Amino acid sequence: MNDVVLELTGVVKRFDENEVLRGVSITLHRHEVVCLIGASGSGKSTLLRCANLLETIDAGTISFLGQSLQDPRIDADLVRHHIGMVFQSFNLFPHLSVLDNVLIGPVHSLKRRRTEAREEALALLDRIGLRERANDYPDRLSGGQQQRVAIARSLAMRPSLLLLDEVTSALDPTLVGEVLDLLTDLAHQGTTMLIATHEMNFARDVANQVVYLDSGVLVEQGSPEEIFDNPQHQSTRNFLQRVR
Amino acid sequence: MALTFDEDSAPTPPSLFAPRHRRLFIGRRGIVASAASSVVLLAVIFVIFWYAPGGPTVRYFFFNPHLMWQAFVGDPRKGLLSVGRGLVTNLWMFTLSEVLVLIFGLLIASVRLSQSPVLFPFRVLATMYTDVFRGVPVLLVMYMVGFGLPELSLGFLSNQSPAVYGCAVLTISYSAYVAEVYRAGVLSVPHGQLLAARSLGLTHTATMRRVILPQAVRTVIPPLLNDFVSLQKDTALVSVLGAIEATRAAQIYGDTVFNFSGYTVAAVLFLLITIPMTRFTDHLIARDRSRRLAGT
Repeated sequence: MNDVVLELTGVVKRFDENEVLRGVSITLHRHEVVCLIGASGSGKSTLLRCANLLETIDAGTISFLGQSLQDPRIDADLVRHHIGMVFQSFNLFPHLSVLDNVLIGPVHSLKRRRTEAREEALALLDRIGLRERANDYPDRLSGGQQQRVAIARSLAMRPSLLLLDEVTSALDPTLVGEVLDLLTDLAHQGTTMLIATHEMNFARDVANQVVYLDSGVLVEQGSPEEIFDNPQHQSTRNFLQRVR
Repeated sequence: MALTFDEDSAPTPPSLFAPRHRRLFIGRRGIVASAASSVVLLAVIFVIFWYAPGGPTVRYFFFNPHLMWQAFVGDPRKGLLSVGRGLVTNLWMFTLSEVLVLIFGLLIASVRLSQSPVLFPFRVLATMYTDVFRGVPVLLVMYMVGFGLPELSLGFLSNQSPAVYGCAVLTISYSAYVAEVYRAGVLSVPHGQLLAARSLGLTHTATMRRVILPQAVRTVIPPLLNDFVSLQKDTALVSVLGAIEATRAAQIYGDTVFNFSGYTVAAVLFLLITIPMTRFTDHLIARDRSRRLAGT
């Protein structure tokens, strides 16, 4: 199998005494969508941050496209050229226009010519339905629009993997739909994604695999049907009961 | 039963009028009220100064119009230096120092904010530097550098004019403050901005340049201008090294004609420079505040 994009093996992460990830193993193939579910503080965000080296891990290995990210010769900035990340709080750059937010990666990380990257960025904005807002500043957009721009900003790097950290949790309920629709589109187009989410219906619809984390332990993983319709563990059942 | 609202128990509507003594401040009458209180306050201050027992003496020694003008323009025949011309020295001293402080302060701040292990000893030095020069009074640094360096007989380092030593001291002292202002500005940018930039593959330097610093500048400008106002006043301290600036010229004038009006001139001249700056700073702070309030 040569199409493994991301493989976590026995990943352990501690913050001081506090063990946030306790030996988590996950494999993610090309064109696959994996949803991480679990209560706040179960380690979902930390796992995503470890995957693009925003955090260093204390034990285990993470390999990306067949290369170990723990190799000392690894350049974290280069790794991040290929792994996009979208945050709960959007984190758009407020001093840059929508277009410049999308262009900053291609132009200043990939060193592509602005004029040629611009066409592609505008096409991306077209795809998320915000081309007319290209010259607006982020504070003129609604939360849902900002989050869509943040997704476009990551896609502009043409990543092999997209990490999404509870991207609808900071949104008004009325704005959640437009962001989830965009993610569903991306999933159908074969974007490889690792998604931490509290949206169970969304997870059921788009995920190839669902992973349930509890206090840093991978309790259960399987197809959406297996996890949602026939959970094997009591803690999974309790969690699903509470979020429904 | 007792907690339910009983519509029948309020037969008369409550009075919603302000008490008589507060009606003065409602609507247009507020302007009248503030004008009246300003006039009264000014009148009281004027009466105190004008009719105080020593009033005439103070007016003669501090506010003598003829001597103030003489102090301002100077009189070479009587060996009187012009306070106005002295101010030119203050002007170029603080202009030069401010430019140097901006550059040197940024350098210190970037070292303190750097993460490279190679720069570790420099980080320690930069921290010590900011600690020491924020803690030692400028006047003492002035004495040490202004009188110490010439004693060292170290070539060009030891034969500069007092004004040049003064600029050096102001730069050294104020860079420590300004470095902290820069650093606070950088740290005031939300951490998510850094995470977002780094996760797009931007290097530490590119993140600083493209994302963090442009946002930090906005928060940094008001405190920076505050420090500059303070620096502009502190050019008066260079007088202790013998540089003929406004304060020193006023002192010489006072010692010669036994009248302090020259000091008043110097004070007014300093105000003419610093007040536009402080007003501008307040304007920026107010604008930033209203922007932030509008944003939420």
